[in-house]
Amino acid sequence: MKYMALIYSDPAREPKPGTAEFGAYMQGFYKANEAYAAAGVLVSGDALAPVHTATTVRRRSGRMETMDGPFAETKEQLGGYYILDCADLDEALRYAAMIPTVNHGSVEVRPLADMNPEALKQLMAGA
Amino acid sequence: MNTPHDEIARIVRHEWGRLIAASTRLFGDLGLAEDCLQDAAEAALRHWARNGVPASPAGWLLQVARRKAIDRIRREKIALRHEQELERLLELDQNATAAEPEEIPDERLRLIFTCCHPALDRRSATALTLRMLGGLTTAEIARAFLDAPETLAQRLVRAKAKIRAAHIPFETPGPEAWPERLAAVLDVVYLVYNEGHAAMHGAAYTRPDLCNEAIRLARLLNSLKPGQAEIEGLLALLLLTESRHKARLRPDGALVPLEAQDRSLWDRILIAEGEALVVQALKRGRPGAFVLQAAVAAVHAMAASFEATDWMQIVLLYDELERASANPVFALNQAVALSYADTVDAALLRLATIGDRLDGYQPFHACLADLHRRDGNQREAASAYRRAIAMTDNEAERRFLAERLAALCEDSG
Repeated sequence: MKYMALIYSDPAREPKPGTAEFGAYMQGFYKANEAYAAAGVLVSGDALAPVHTATTVRRRSGRMETMDGPFAETKEQLGGYYILDCADLDEALRYAAMIPTVNHGSVEVRPLADMNPEALKQLMAGA
Repeated sequence: MNTPHDEIARIVRHEWGRLIAASTRLFGDLGLAEDCLQDAAEAALRHWARNGVPASPAGWLLQVARRKAIDRIRREKIALRHEQELERLLELDQNATAAEPEEIPDERLRLIFTCCHPALDRRSATALTLRMLGGLTTAEIARAFLDAPETLAQRLVRAKAKIRAAHIPFETPGPEAWPERLAAVLDVVYLVYNEGHAAMHGAAYTRPDLCNEAIRLARLLNSLKPGQAEIEGLLALLLLTESRHKARLRPDGALVPLEAQDRSLWDRILIAEGEALVVQALKRGRPGAFVLQAAVAAVHAMAASFEATDWMQIVLLYDELERASANPVFALNQAVALSYADTVDAALLRLATIGDRLDGYQPFHACLADLHRRDGNQREAASAYRRAIAMTDNEAERRFLAERLAALCEDSG
C-alpha cells in the first residue's frame, strides 16, 4: 500500500540556512531517509524549490491559462513529499512522524488511489 | 422460546459487536463484514420462521455471513484484494457443519481500536463505535445526536470508506502507540456519556440511553483489557457521575446543583463499585486524567453532606490533574473547590488566571456568577448570570440560572 506524505510548512517558521537549527533540521531528514531505506519503505521523495518558482496552468472554456504562483495562496506551502510503501496507515503515520517538519509545519498522509474500477467505485462512496 | 424477530433483536443488541469483530477479522474489511451480517440477519428472519431458531443463533449468522462474503468477494470482483481472505473463507466453509456451533472468537478489542482510530474525526468515531459495538441502528444514533439520519448515514459511509482506502488496520496498537491510541478510545466513550449526560443542545437534560451505552462500553473495555488504570478510572468516573442521576433533575426538569441534591437519592450500588475501581486504579501508580477525575467524584460521593466535603483533598487532586493534562476546565473546577476550602476571593483570583482562555465557555460565566453572588457582589453576579444564560441552549440549565438571577434581583430589592 503506497502512501504519500505531503510536507507543508510556513516559510516564516522554517529554520534558516546557516543556523544551528537548520543543521539539526537537515539532520532530521537524513535520519528519516536512513530509517526509510533500512525498512525498505522508501519509493521516492524530494524537496520542492520555493513556492515563488511555482507556475499554475489550467484550461478554461478551451483557453489555456498560465499563472504565476501556486494554485492556492496559504501560509503553509507544499515543500516536499515522500512516497512510502507501508503495510497500513499506522505504519505510514509512524514513518511520517519522523519527518522533522512535523515540529513546526504539518505532514498530510494520504494513500495513493487504487485505480482498479471496483476499488474506485468504493472510494467514491465516501466522497 | 423467542420468536425469530425477538432473537435477532437480542443478537443485534448483545452480540453484534462480537459478530462484526469476528467477521471483520475473517473478511479483512469492516464494511464487508457489516453488509454480510445484515444479509445474514435478513436470511435468518425467513429461515428461522420456517425451521425454528437454531441452537447457536450467533454461530448460524456467522456461518451464513461467511457464505455471503464468499459470494460478494467473487461477484464484486474484489477477489484480487481479498485473495487470502477468500481462500480462508472457502476452507472454513468446507469444514463447517450446521450441527456443531462454532466458538465465535472475541476480536472486539481490535474493533474498538479501529473504530476509535485517531485518523477518524471524533464524531464519526463515536457514531461508528455505537453502530458496530453497541449494535445501535443508524436511526437510533441519529436521534441520540440530534443529527439528520441521512447526515449520520453519510458520516458512517465516509468513515468506513476511509478505513478501507487508507488501510486503517484491524489491530490493537503496540506499546509505542498504546497511550495515544487508548486515550482516543477513552475519549470516544467519554463523549458518548457526555452527550447523554449534558445534551447541551436539547430540551431534555439527559438522554439516558447514551449514558447506559457509554457505561456498557467502558465495562466491555475493562473486561477485554483488565488492569489498565485509565480504563478503570473512566468506568469509575462514569459510574460515580451516573450515581447522582436521580438527584440531578427536579420533577419539573430544572437542574439541581450538587449543593442542593438530596443525597439519599444517590445510587449506593454504583458508588460502591466506582469507589472500589478508583482505589484499585490509584494503587497502580501515576494516575492519569480519568483516574484523578474519578477520585474527585469519589470524594464527593463519600461526603455525608455538601458541607462535609473534603474540599482540600479536591483542590489537591486538581493540582495533579493540571499536571496530567493542561486543560483550563480543570482550573475552573479547582476554583470552585478552592472557594469552599479557602475563600471566595482565592477562587476569584484563580479564575482571573484562566479568564481569557475560557471566555467563550458557558460554565466559566456560571461559576463566576455564583462566586460573586456568594461574595455579595450583586452587580457583577447579575452580569455574569446574564452572560451565562445568553450562552446556554439547554432548557434545564437555562431555568436554573434564570431562577438564581431572579432571586438575586429580589434580594437587592
